[in-house]
Amino acid sequence: MWQTAWRRLTTVLGAVVNWRFFKPAVFLACAIPLLTLAYGFWRYLGAGDETALGVDPNKTLMHETGEAALAILLLTLSVTPVRRIFKVNKLHNIRRMLGLWSFAYALVHLSMYLVFDQLCYSLATCDFAATWQDILKRRFIFVGQFAFLTLLVLALTSTTGWMRRLKKNWVRLHRLVYVAAAAGIVHFLWIQKSDFSEPAKWAIWLAVLLGVRVYFALAGRRRTARVAVTS
Amino acid sequence: MLIKIKTSADIPSSEITPEHVYRNRREFMRDVAVGTAGVVAGTLAGGAGVSAAQAKLAARKTNFTVDPATDPLNTFEQITSYNNYYEFGTDKGDPARYAGRLTPKPWTVKVDGLVDKPGDYGVEALVDFNQLEERVYRHRCVERWSMVIPWIGVPLSAVLSKVQPQARAQFVEFTTLVRPSEMPGLATGGLEWPYVEGLRMDEAMHPLTLMVVGLYGQVLPNQNGAPLRIHVPWKYGFKSGKSIVRIRLTDRMPRTTWAAQTPHEYGFYANVNPTVDHPRWSQAREKRIPGLFFNRPTLMFNGYGDQVASLYAGMDLRKFY
Repeated sequence: MWQTAWRRLTTVLGAVVNWRFFKPAVFLACAIPLLTLAYGFWRYLGAGDETALGVDPNKTLMHETGEAALAILLLTLSVTPVRRIFKVNKLHNIRRMLGLWSFAYALVHLSMYLVFDQLCYSLATCDFAATWQDILKRRFIFVGQFAFLTLLVLALTSTTGWMRRLKKNWVRLHRLVYVAAAAGIVHFLWIQKSDFSEPAKWAIWLAVLLGVRVYFALAGRRRTARVAVTS
Repeated sequence: MLIKIKTSADIPSSEITPEHVYRNRREFMRDVAVGTAGVVAGTLAGGAGVSAAQAKLAARKTNFTVDPATDPLNTFEQITSYNNYYEFGTDKGDPARYAGRLTPKPWTVKVDGLVDKPGDYGVEALVDFNQLEERVYRHRCVERWSMVIPWIGVPLSAVLSKVQPQARAQFVEFTTLVRPSEMPGLATGGLEWPYVEGLRMDEAMHPLTLMVVGLYGQVLPNQNGAPLRIHVPWKYGFKSGKSIVRIRLTDRMPRTTWAAQTPHEYGFYANVNPTVDHPRWSQAREKRIPGLFFNRPTLMFNGYGDQVASLYAGMDLRKFY
């Protein structure tokens, strides 16, 4: 019975992934939070509806973009495990796009910190020294910046050209995505006052993904060993 | 027949209630007229809908107010739907979501410690509802946001004088309600319960320190700490305990919740101070709800320095944060 259920699940998943519009659909899904916030922002600023983004618009914007960046990053990391477990190879097609969406949300998130928090919307209002101090002094901001810079490097080297140029090192470099995810979760953890349940959820997800990776690596090594013995 | 004659000291509610809240109230009343379905709908809608069900409170206008040009009032909806009240949950919306379960009546406050008249007091026994004042205070949260709130209450000193603190009393300790059946956040909030706050005796007796029973001309909504709470306008918001069930006079500095939980981040005094940062964030600027920008310089003692700075003369406020 379990086998039947598993086969059906794999078939359904395969059909979804092989659907002609799967990639555009994922693209749109990733855009929805941004579009929703942009609409709220327009209503708040343009239409003067001060409730459009909740009681604390700054917090809504910061929290939602940060959370979207983290969620999409963890989805990016889930692509390979899901692809291998359910044998849906075409899932690979959306990995780069997901990674870039995560970067986009992180970019908006960071820009809003600079504009709303550090008032860096003009040279006159931005105190660069103070901002630099803020980044160095506040550990949650520091680790957030670190996560962003890591994602920036990965985004810049995500092109096929860079893949070719870096060859084997590309895979090594892009393993940093795990570091970026961990830094993002720590960033979230360090702004909490007493309730750590939300960052804990992300941390559990990341731990499961890492566990699956380790399992695959060990299984792979065992297989190689078996092949070596039999040959 | 009782005829209420308005005096100059009476504050017309039009003066303090923003127009749109007025409108919401009428809509709510219309719902009520339609029938219970309307009431249910109004309750589910939350925010202003629920609030209009609160009974009105008459309060005397006072000079304790801020300049509406620089510090316009926050709306009733903002004040009652964005709260830190971890007993109901750590999300700012949790208190408005869940505090409807709280039963603020009947209510007993246990008064004990170094007082001549200890005992169990009802709210009316502690607060003289004929002496209610409206005071418009700035409210600054340690999380860097602030609001302007028209509280209704009496000076805490008037409450304390009823129970007669002894000369040895140097501190007042306030304990917040713990009622798991009505407070879902008690299971998840990550704080040690009950929530305990406290003030030095001179801070408690200061004319600015308010025992609050209402806001915006109405009985205090549950999510804001019904039926009675403290507000100390020159201190970070967490000093102002909500839904108080116990007032204890003591000669030792109370072990207050946040200061005990994270002593390097939160102190007993917790005076608003732009020059002493929270270890994890700067306190130099703040955002005024519903603004986007952290563009208001934080004021020393939240702008009440001329009245309270003398309380801390000679104290190193970097050490006693």
